[in-house]
Amino acid sequence: MIETPNVDWLALSPTLALLGASAVALLVAVLIPEWMRRGVAAGAAFLGFVLAAVLAGVVYYDTAIPEALLSNSMYRDRLAALAAVVLAVIGAVVVLVSWAERRRDNHGEYYALLAAAGAGMVFFVGAGNLMTLFLGLEWFSISLYVLVALDTDRATSLEAGLKYLIVGGFGSAVLLFGSALVYGATGELGFSQIAAAEAGDDAFLVAGLAMILAGLAFKVSAAPFHMWTPDVYQGAPTSVTAFMSAATKTAALVLTLRLLVTAFPEESEIWTVAVAVIASVSMVWGNLAALAQRDVKRLLAYSSIAQAGFMLIGIAAYSERGGEALLYYLVVYSAMSVGAFAVVAVRERELAKPVTLEGLAGLGWERPLYGVALWVFMLGFAGFPLTGGIFAKLFVFSAAYDAGDWWLVLLGVAATAVSLAYYLNVVRWLYMRTAPGTPLVAVGGSPPNDPAVGVAVAACTAVTVGSFFVVQPILDLASEAIDSLPF
Amino acid sequence: MLTTALILLPIAGALVVAAFPLPRTATAGLAFLVALMEVGLWIVAASRFDFDDGGLQLGTSRGWVESLGISYSVGFYGFSLWLTGAAVVVSAAAIGYALWIGRDRPRAYHALMLFLTGAVVATFAAQDLLLFYVSFEAMLIPLYVLVGVWGGARRMAATLAFVVYTMAGSLLMLAAVVAFGVTQGTFSLADSGTSDNVWIFLGFAIAFAVKAPLFPFHGWLPLAYREAPVEVSAVLSGIVSKTAIYGFLRIAIPKFPEPADDLAVLVLILAGAGLVYGSLLAFRAADLRGIVAYSSMAQMGLITLGIFAFDDLGLDGAVLQSVNHALISASMFLLVGMVERRCGTGELDALGGMARGRPVLATVLLVAGMIALAVPGSATFAGEFLIMAGVYDQGWGYAAIVALGIVLAAMYVLRLISAVLHVRPGSAVRDEALDLRPGELALVLPMVACLLVLSFWPALISESAFPGDAPAKVLAEGFR
Repeated sequence: MIETPNVDWLALSPTLALLGASAVALLVAVLIPEWMRRGVAAGAAFLGFVLAAVLAGVVYYDTAIPEALLSNSMYRDRLAALAAVVLAVIGAVVVLVSWAERRRDNHGEYYALLAAAGAGMVFFVGAGNLMTLFLGLEWFSISLYVLVALDTDRATSLEAGLKYLIVGGFGSAVLLFGSALVYGATGELGFSQIAAAEAGDDAFLVAGLAMILAGLAFKVSAAPFHMWTPDVYQGAPTSVTAFMSAATKTAALVLTLRLLVTAFPEESEIWTVAVAVIASVSMVWGNLAALAQRDVKRLLAYSSIAQAGFMLIGIAAYSERGGEALLYYLVVYSAMSVGAFAVVAVRERELAKPVTLEGLAGLGWERPLYGVALWVFMLGFAGFPLTGGIFAKLFVFSAAYDAGDWWLVLLGVAATAVSLAYYLNVVRWLYMRTAPGTPLVAVGGSPPNDPAVGVAVAACTAVTVGSFFVVQPILDLASEAIDSLPF
Repeated sequence: MLTTALILLPIAGALVVAAFPLPRTATAGLAFLVALMEVGLWIVAASRFDFDDGGLQLGTSRGWVESLGISYSVGFYGFSLWLTGAAVVVSAAAIGYALWIGRDRPRAYHALMLFLTGAVVATFAAQDLLLFYVSFEAMLIPLYVLVGVWGGARRMAATLAFVVYTMAGSLLMLAAVVAFGVTQGTFSLADSGTSDNVWIFLGFAIAFAVKAPLFPFHGWLPLAYREAPVEVSAVLSGIVSKTAIYGFLRIAIPKFPEPADDLAVLVLILAGAGLVYGSLLAFRAADLRGIVAYSSMAQMGLITLGIFAFDDLGLDGAVLQSVNHALISASMFLLVGMVERRCGTGELDALGGMARGRPVLATVLLVAGMIALAVPGSATFAGEFLIMAGVYDQGWGYAAIVALGIVLAAMYVLRLISAVLHVRPGSAVRDEALDLRPGELALVLPMVACLLVLSFWPALISESAFPGDAPAKVLAEGFR
């Protein structure tokens, strides 16, 4: 008998569920009659995401002690499981948001790629060595490249897809080269093994670390590696933007934390400073650039760059408190980000053209619930009370102060002050029509009430506001997850 | 429980008012009813409060974020209970005024006003630093929309200035809160100790100085107070500014005794400058709202003088004057609003001679004016005298400045009264402009009545404000 390797199917089950959903959705394009395609594909993707979330939850509860799988190429631990739950829930909500997207065909491909991207991200956060890291990265990136370009009738979508492909390919190449340098310096690919190799201040290792960090920063859309973000976010179909803004960041940030803490503990003096600098530049650049934006998707893109900066502070703190702060921030940020883009999607479908700030005028009065939701999300991004955003900022700032980086706290506070200008500007446009007497006609016709997006936005609002009141349970989950890292 | 009810009642009321599609008057009436219930609830709380004891009472504490030591802790001291009382009365009057004149989009408007009330009460009741910060910030959310949507012609500039100033201060306070909470290991005001870090103190002090506002952080005041709807100005000058006073009394001074001591002279000078500068600007203002707005700035300078005197008399006087100022400035703003509605303008050049044929308006305006200028025998005089006596120990110069402030107050208030009521009717005053209606009287009279009661019995507040009636000692010991 051939000895079969011991495969931990439970640990892989979230990824496999999403892959299965992707396969079903892809087959939809060929097997199902056209009028059913959207429903079946969306249903398959939604079920896949929900199943993945449930399975990841089971893995979370079942995994008290972290372990390595498949010859140390992957980890099964609570951090991966928690990140997988967050990613799967984001995916499920995005399926709801995508439901009413006006698309003539390619329904099956859309949902298949969405599920595939989700599968790649879930795989990515469990990566245990540099090869699996690269594999997962490419897996979800390629799915996203195609998703961004999927609106083939819009030139901006195709252009965005091409930009993302080129820049993303470059980023991945840099990351791969950095991995090669690290391998050259240590002779190891696995994260724990790299740390155990104790190469110290080897020039190859530091150079490799820098390049890996650059490659990951591309994905996180942290300045100065963020150049692709505004154009890609603006050009992509809005539901894809929602998915990217939340899920890609979650996956990339969780993995960055894991990689730096597990594989490069000895070089921490170098990378904490580097991450802190990247965080500062992101906060400053993202916020300043957002001030000038008129297109709402572009504004939210720059805002997400700035938010990535805030989240990177949690990594720069290099402490358990910082890791918990990061995870809490990701939960709240994902809800706010998907929700904000969902409301923008609603308006876009109503106006049948890209949404500018003028396009938002009066939305708060015409569609009160969506207006309140967007108001809540803007307040959440700005770190106002009654949203989880304030605790998110408080936790990252506390972690930074605890680590001695009081200057990061001051910079973060200043960046928040600047960001208020454009967040409150959005609220202003929602509620205060400064061009009186110019009624906005719904060009796309009076839109049918779309319950799917309504549910999605309601869920996001509930999480954003709820995470203000129900803080300790989320922190407990985060704390358990962070325990799996060797701090 | 009672404290939580005081906080949650207006917020629940706000949600109900926002959600139910009632007709305009019903919505406004419901909101007014909730505001009156809040006043009633406060009276219940005051009756249960043991003023002789004066320590933290009616308190609750529940864990919120245990890993950082953040808890939902609320409770009242004597002075915060009185400030809350003034707050709920002013808020009820403001909502009543909105009911009387009928604001556009009443559901949104009244929901925001009630939410603001809830946030203010939460600020006064907060005994956890993060809860205080959250409530302090939460006040900005409704104010931004209230001024920006229902404000006057220059409301956009007003909101911009208001938000920029306030948020700059608040975010400095966030940094200070983070630093303090992390170093102390807890955010609870009762459990945390003191710190001698002057930077953290400044973070708090500047935030409160912007909110009050104190010279030289008052840049947002003229525009915001002029462009906001008049009852929102009443709330801003009457209540929101007092949250800064609470902040000084409960957080900035007890938690940072040494930095407060070191910077006391600077604050006293700035407060005195604010008092004189504000009074002079009020005297020179060309419109009614300008006079009341700048007088508010001057009074806040006066109250801050009383606080930073670090003296029993000064502190008692500051609390008494805070309550007085809340009531009188709200009354003045509402009266100014009533005059503006009749004449279409607040420009002093266009007004005049309204006393003829309008005895009620003349009487009420005169009484309110007399109280505002602190005529001897009024509650405001008691407050000012206590502050003057208290600040004398810091230096006779400060007492002289307070006296100067009193004289200037007389000048600008009499100017206001004279310009509105006396000599010949102004160009904007028509003969058909009515006297004060019973509804309008019912809004202003309770506040004036409270002030008259306080005029006879100022000790009601000044002697029950602090535990054991030894405010300087209590502050020095950090409320332990």
